[in-house]
Amino acid sequence: MEQLAQLIVLTLAAGTPLVYAALGELVVEKSGVLNLGVEGMMVVGAVTSFIVAATTHSPWLGVAAGIAAGTALSLIFGVLTLSLMANQVASGLALSLFGIGLSAFVGLNYVSVVIAPITPLSIPALSDLPVMGKLLFGHNPLVYLSLVLFLAIHMFLNRTRAGLIVRAVGESPQSAHAIGLPVARIRYCAVMFGGACAGLGGAYMAIAYTPMWVEGMTAGRGWIALALVVFASWKPWRILAGAYLFGGVTLAQFQAQGFGVDIPSQLLSMLPYLATIVVLAIISRDAAAVRLNAPASLGRPFHPDT
Amino acid sequence: MLKLEARPEPSRIAGWLSPLLAAAATLVVGFILFTALGKDPWVAFHAFFVKPVSTRYGVGELLLKATPLMLIAVGLAAGYRANVWNIGAEGQLTMGAIFGGGVALLLQDSTSALVLPAMMVAGVAGGMFWAAFPAWLRTRWNASEILTSLMLVYVATLTLSLLVHGAWRDPEGFNFPQSKMFGEAALLPILLAETRLNIALPIALAVVALAWLFMRRSLAGFQMRVAGLAPAAANYAGISAHRTVWLGMLIGGACAGLAGVGEVAGPIGQLLPSVSPGYGFAAIIVAFVGRLHPLGIVFASLLMSLLYLGGESAQINLAMPSAVTGLFQGTLLFFLLAADVFINYRLRFVRWSRRAAHA
Repeated sequence: MEQLAQLIVLTLAAGTPLVYAALGELVVEKSGVLNLGVEGMMVVGAVTSFIVAATTHSPWLGVAAGIAAGTALSLIFGVLTLSLMANQVASGLALSLFGIGLSAFVGLNYVSVVIAPITPLSIPALSDLPVMGKLLFGHNPLVYLSLVLFLAIHMFLNRTRAGLIVRAVGESPQSAHAIGLPVARIRYCAVMFGGACAGLGGAYMAIAYTPMWVEGMTAGRGWIALALVVFASWKPWRILAGAYLFGGVTLAQFQAQGFGVDIPSQLLSMLPYLATIVVLAIISRDAAAVRLNAPASLGRPFHPDT
Repeated sequence: MLKLEARPEPSRIAGWLSPLLAAAATLVVGFILFTALGKDPWVAFHAFFVKPVSTRYGVGELLLKATPLMLIAVGLAAGYRANVWNIGAEGQLTMGAIFGGGVALLLQDSTSALVLPAMMVAGVAGGMFWAAFPAWLRTRWNASEILTSLMLVYVATLTLSLLVHGAWRDPEGFNFPQSKMFGEAALLPILLAETRLNIALPIALAVVALAWLFMRRSLAGFQMRVAGLAPAAANYAGISAHRTVWLGMLIGGACAGLAGVGEVAGPIGQLLPSVSPGYGFAAIIVAFVGRLHPLGIVFASLLMSLLYLGGESAQINLAMPSAVTGLFQGTLLFFLLAADVFINYRLRFVRWSRRAAHA
């Protein structure tokens, strides 16, 4: 029982970067924009937060810096695709390549630096309760924050007028423009929110989960997050489920070694990527359902003249 | 007040000017970056762009590194023209290196002239094999080839790591994760004395020419271009969307696989845990900067190769991290995408009063 609780805690911890990144991308895609730069924004968020945490000795300042860095990077993407009507696929790819290059460049002197991480909660008495103590009070503060974010996004998209407007812009920017909604401005906000979330996901990895900086440490989680949005049929609660599923798969590597199973580590490291492919294929199988669930204008640039 | 206005027709001139504009803007950013890092920008520019190619060996390196870039980019461009977004060329390159390298290890002691051709065929097959998964997943399962091809990059890299750490590790290699050195017959002959430049370059140029013929002069190439420009029209004309995806992916995979063989049979000469400094990703930028056109891609690959050499030179001469290469690559692509706005739009000056009247 105690071990099961521990496993659940670990799974949540492993899935949380995906929760952040995928929830952010969900809002972006709901507004009709496809940002393939999640990986780049995550890794830059990770390196920035780590550097700031290492120099200021304040992990929370690091988290704030990671959010700011992700937002700043998303703004480049916003200018390219929303103001200059650039191809969203190419711009997102560019953002990922740029982010990976930038993070390697600025993070070079921080590779073996040690920081004071954000550690899991430890409330006297409560966290020490058998089983439930761990499950309810033993997570990292940033894990709780991701759950708050999930609830907030769920409520925002489904229960508020502003959420309805974002969805309207994603379904038909022409109609939204016709009734006087500022399409570009709304999409800018969504893109920046996505950047902030990706940066936060990266910061969580560098400051709470790992905690260290290694070049390319996000290891494709940004791309998995993109797949998760499709997997989730653009529904927040399914993102949560998917993220923890993948978190569990990532854990398999360490768990198998713990149980003394003799499988080469490379094969286990492949699991999350192979699982992504399989899950993506199964979910995408029904083309009509994907079209129905996806925001109708996803990936198409919008200019009032055209 | 400046306003973007849609052009009635895309401008061809803007299309070719945009890479030049982007390269110039990247240089300006480089100037600012070097200055900000406390380096004399002119000294830095010299070290980055002139010094690496001021020797015979340097020119050889420039062409050597441009070879895989142009090869992969021209293959990717065929797919991109048809809206097939293969971004997993790095994985297809790795798989090509595994297949080609496997043949080399199998024929370790052979001196036959057929070893190299066999490796190339195996490498092409390996790249196509790896590209076939995204194609199949897209056509049969409707899964985005962007995500699946990228996921397979990680799987391919891990496969290579598994092999050089395990079954294919050199027993006399002091436990380093590397294979045996390939036999003499499995190495590409040097083209230019005193350099590492090998015959992969003429092979790549031939492939570029073939790609031009295919896209411009063949029916299948024409159909792919139509499918990219006007999917609805292509569908109406009975052009099979599935075939377009398969062709686009397989051409990209074949070229990347061949590039992988070129690396392991060329400058590397054995299998290592990593056989490419991100050529598969840099080639995406090369394809765009080269306007998806074979000739443009050749020039763009030289530029990108210079960025790689400049990064290495900056590390030695300026004590700057070579990661600056990736930074420049990304910046170049950003500026290119930004400058591309002028292909479909033009800037118009709009007076405030008129705009107010509109609103």
